Amino acid sequence: MRALRQRRGFSESEKQLSRRHTNGRMWLIAFQMATLVGVITLVVLLLTIINGSFGYVAVQNEVDPASLAVGGTPLEELSQGALAVVLRQNVSAGLFARFESEIPVAQRPAAEIYDLIQEHVISPQVEATWSLYDSLTRKAEIETIMQEDYPTAELQFRSWLSLDFVVSKQSSHPEIAGVRTAILGSLWTIGIAIFFSLPVGVSAAIYLQEYAHESFINRFIQTNINNLAGVPSIIYGILGLAVFVRAFGDFTSGIAFGAADPSTANGRTIISAGLTLGILVLPVIIINAQEAIKAVPSSLREAGFGLGATRWQTVWSHVLPNALPGVLTGSILAVSRAIGETAPLIVIGASTFIQVDPGGPFAKFTTLPAQIYQWTVRPQGAFHNIAAAASLVLLVLLLALNASAILLRNRYIRRY
Amino acid sequence: MQTGLQGDLAKNAANGQYAIQTNNLAVYYGNFRAVKDVNLNVEPRRITAIIGPSGCGKTTVLRAFNRMNELIPIVRTEGKVIFGGRNIYDREVDPVEVRRRIGMVFQKPNPFPKSIFENIAWGARVNGFKGDMRELVHTTLVKAALWDEVYDKLEHSGLSLSGGQQQRLCIARAIAVKPDIILMDEPCSALDPIATLRIEELMRDLAKEYTIIIVTHNMQQAARVSDRTAFFSLSEDGKRAGMLMEYGDTKTMFTNPTKKLTEDYITGRFG
Repeated sequence: MRALRQRRGFSESEKQLSRRHTNGRMWLIAFQMATLVGVITLVVLLLTIINGSFGYVAVQNEVDPASLAVGGTPLEELSQGALAVVLRQNVSAGLFARFESEIPVAQRPAAEIYDLIQEHVISPQVEATWSLYDSLTRKAEIETIMQEDYPTAELQFRSWLSLDFVVSKQSSHPEIAGVRTAILGSLWTIGIAIFFSLPVGVSAAIYLQEYAHESFINRFIQTNINNLAGVPSIIYGILGLAVFVRAFGDFTSGIAFGAADPSTANGRTIISAGLTLGILVLPVIIINAQEAIKAVPSSLREAGFGLGATRWQTVWSHVLPNALPGVLTGSILAVSRAIGETAPLIVIGASTFIQVDPGGPFAKFTTLPAQIYQWTVRPQGAFHNIAAAASLVLLVLLLALNASAILLRNRYIRRY
Repeated sequence: MQTGLQGDLAKNAANGQYAIQTNNLAVYYGNFRAVKDVNLNVEPRRITAIIGPSGCGKTTVLRAFNRMNELIPIVRTEGKVIFGGRNIYDREVDPVEVRRRIGMVFQKPNPFPKSIFENIAWGARVNGFKGDMRELVHTTLVKAALWDEVYDKLEHSGLSLSGGQQQRLCIARAIAVKPDIILMDEPCSALDPIATLRIEELMRDLAKEYTIIIVTHNMQQAARVSDRTAFFSLSEDGKRAGMLMEYGDTKTMFTNPTKKLTEDYITGRFG
């Protein structure tokens, strides 16, 4: 009798157990689905960018390059002098005079004259573009369209992302435009942002975590820093415009130091952009650094104090070295966010079109995300392709910066 | 200030005076009074054990001896702690100097995540030591009975040692800054019996040179190592503040305590 009851009890709990397992499996499926959504989103994002970065284009030359050949020698193989002659014969006198006034054509290297001929004489125009997917799946259809609509144009498979694209300067022709100025602008601004926000952020975190006593004012400051981390970036842009560009325009333009860029002479410069991004990431850096400092076991501090060390000696020798990996991880994440920021820089006045490399903190600038934004709003299809290619460049740049920061951090940990 | 403390201490030691004394010491956590009315005279170059049930403020009293309690913002201390002829809670006394002269060893071994050498050298260096650091590390490790075990791996991390070795490293670290008193807060509670025994031997050795105050939960340990024992317990007036119940020679305390409460605790009837 008793054995029977026990067995019934066992089967009872067994039934309940299978219910518990089913419940657990349901949740597991929900979690897997959630992860899947994230993965799919990322894959779609990457595919969209890659889809726009490669594909067939219909190129229409204003002048057939073959017709420019001199005495049977193709244009690419002409000497510097012969190229100069071709250039003078095929552009208007006014345009040639402008080239002469910038740098005398006779003194320019052959490659540069060739580029001028490409841009102003042959002047290839992309008449139509197709995405990578269309190029791979609808080749026959594309060829029909070519014959009907662009009989004189040439069908080429084009990789919008190329070494030329990375090292070329900005241009109004999408075929020859590049992101060199934008990459340099991004590196300059982010460099200034790190230079400003890292020391200030870590110092503030040290103060708040190690020195500040529990008081109303300190709680108030802490709450505000937490809230600032969530303020939309465009508001930082407005702050940067009001403070750095307008109020401190004399300094951010370099006029106060006699270092102003003659073509700019207003505060819409790299240093304004860098400082704005620095302020944007400052709260995040402070919070992350505080968390890293908080995670250092208090037994280490007590050990330091117990030996008759001052607070600063203890912080410098034990708290900071142990918090550093965490501080760096948090800062890397914060700076990654800043690299991709567009809105505040557009408010501050990233230039829509610049061809000169930024030469210093007082130069006008554009950045990769700003450049991508400007290209995507253009109506011509080819600009959308180079926007996609520029997105790939931005992703690679971001990965490269993160990877180098992480390597640096890991090396430091090992040494320690 | 340093010379002042030094001079007074030398004089007191010569007179057979106390190494450190408390005078109506009371410690508050916010509004909660953790200990009250502590009057304890600690003799120099002796081991004084502080025993008592959990929550009676043993550690709080110990940390009051070198102003460690101040690291917790809400703690308030009343009364006096006389060391070297001065109240260490006087306004002009610098807590940093107090802690240099009254060192501390903690419950859990907490060596710095640095080399063994650096663990010893750091305290001396931050206190302005200018002499031969290798010599100092050597003599300190010999004193702490650790030299034979680590002489060939001074560059290894302090964390690579076993628990007992780590705790002896922490003791070595404390004596490297040449303190007068060493406070030990249950230094063996995280160690096995053999490692505990080695620390106890070390304590007996160090007691020839230093005043040691040890908080312990282990009655046998108190009986084995200490010269004097202070028994703390909660006051019976319902306000739950720790008080010094009885203080005397360890032998007397363990064989013939004057108070019933002490006897009950020592014989394991409560606690």
